Amino acid sequence: MQAVGSIMGALFLPTPALALPQGLDGTSPLAYPGPAWSPYVVGALIGVLSWLTFYFSSKPIGASSAYATIAGLLGKIVAPRRVAKLPYYQEKQPQLNWSLMLLVGISIGAFLAAWTGNEITGRWLPPMWEARFGEGTLWLRLLAAFAGGALMAFGARLAGGCTSGHGISGTLQLSVGSWVAVGCFFISGIIVAMALYRI
Amino acid sequence: MTTKSMTNSVAGAGVRQLLLGLIFGMAFGFLLQKGGVAKYHVLMGVLLLEDFTVIKVMMTAVLVGMVGVYVMHRLGMVEFHLPHTRYGANIIGGLIFGAGFGLSGYCPGTNAAAIGQGNFDGFAVAAGLLTGSWLFAEASGKMKATVQTWGDRDKLTLPALLNLRRGTVTILLAIALIALLVVVELTASR
Repeated sequence: MQAVGSIMGALFLPTPALALPQGLDGTSPLAYPGPAWSPYVVGALIGVLSWLTFYFSSKPIGASSAYATIAGLLGKIVAPRRVAKLPYYQEKQPQLNWSLMLLVGISIGAFLAAWTGNEITGRWLPPMWEARFGEGTLWLRLLAAFAGGALMAFGARLAGGCTSGHGISGTLQLSVGSWVAVGCFFISGIIVAMALYRI
Repeated sequence: MTTKSMTNSVAGAGVRQLLLGLIFGMAFGFLLQKGGVAKYHVLMGVLLLEDFTVIKVMMTAVLVGMVGVYVMHRLGMVEFHLPHTRYGANIIGGLIFGAGFGLSGYCPGTNAAAIGQGNFDGFAVAAGLLTGSWLFAEASGKMKATVQTWGDRDKLTLPALLNLRRGTVTILLAIALIALLVVVELTASR
């Protein structure tokens, strides 16, 4: 498994390890570039964007439900009768909708931002992961990424939203559940991140 | 109105709405990337309590969004779209979500942005998100009958909980967010 990981790593990792600023370990997030723009400017503009989505689309910004829509659309191809039986999809018909377009737009917008800012990465392994777990650990990264994604989607559907839907849109409307949920996101997120990188 | 003309009018409104979704999504993704939150180390950085970029972006967005949406609502320009407060589901789902966030290093929105900037590991997160969504749909009947009934408070808001006016809570929370942002800016190295 290790050998397979190394070979895949060599195939997919043409980029040499980045030069680190002096005195910083590769497992420190501060060893790598931060935001291109001021986070306050970006945050304020996201706030303004939420005004626009409320006004023009009558929708709060949210990202996670689009993945459920895609899963439902794929399910409709493979097992349409199963989809029709599931309570979640009975309530929320899987179809091309505003949220799904928003998710597609996010990828396009991020590509444009990275392209104009010379920040296209084209990497399979984040450098910080590589510094912590080694270069031949692509399989481990993909496993963690997949498992993390599955947990996030299940948790977001149960909690009723993600870092966007609860973390920004719900909190800004003063929803109690959103403030509770976002607190929980960070509590267990911090525990898992510390376990991965600092223990 | 015939079924056909109804379908057409729905489709007409739908196309405008879909286009708006795409445009708003592009703006959101552009901002997420410029704000550095499409980067794995920036997202892990906040969970390691070493890089506070995510906190700065989120708290400023909530501050500006909260005040603007409040004013627009007072002027009758927008309606609220409140999520449900269900303490059991918010807490358990929130903790499960957070564990996945720490494990993957991206959240659902920033993962789409990470893929856009060329972080290919985001595809594995996306595959996981699809799988997890399906698993939840499979469990949705059971969840609805159990966890999602625990501590169901409908669309509870902070003003209702604290028995204060929305304007008062908005001003108090705005002051608190600004104070926290000042503290973060003065104490955090990033």
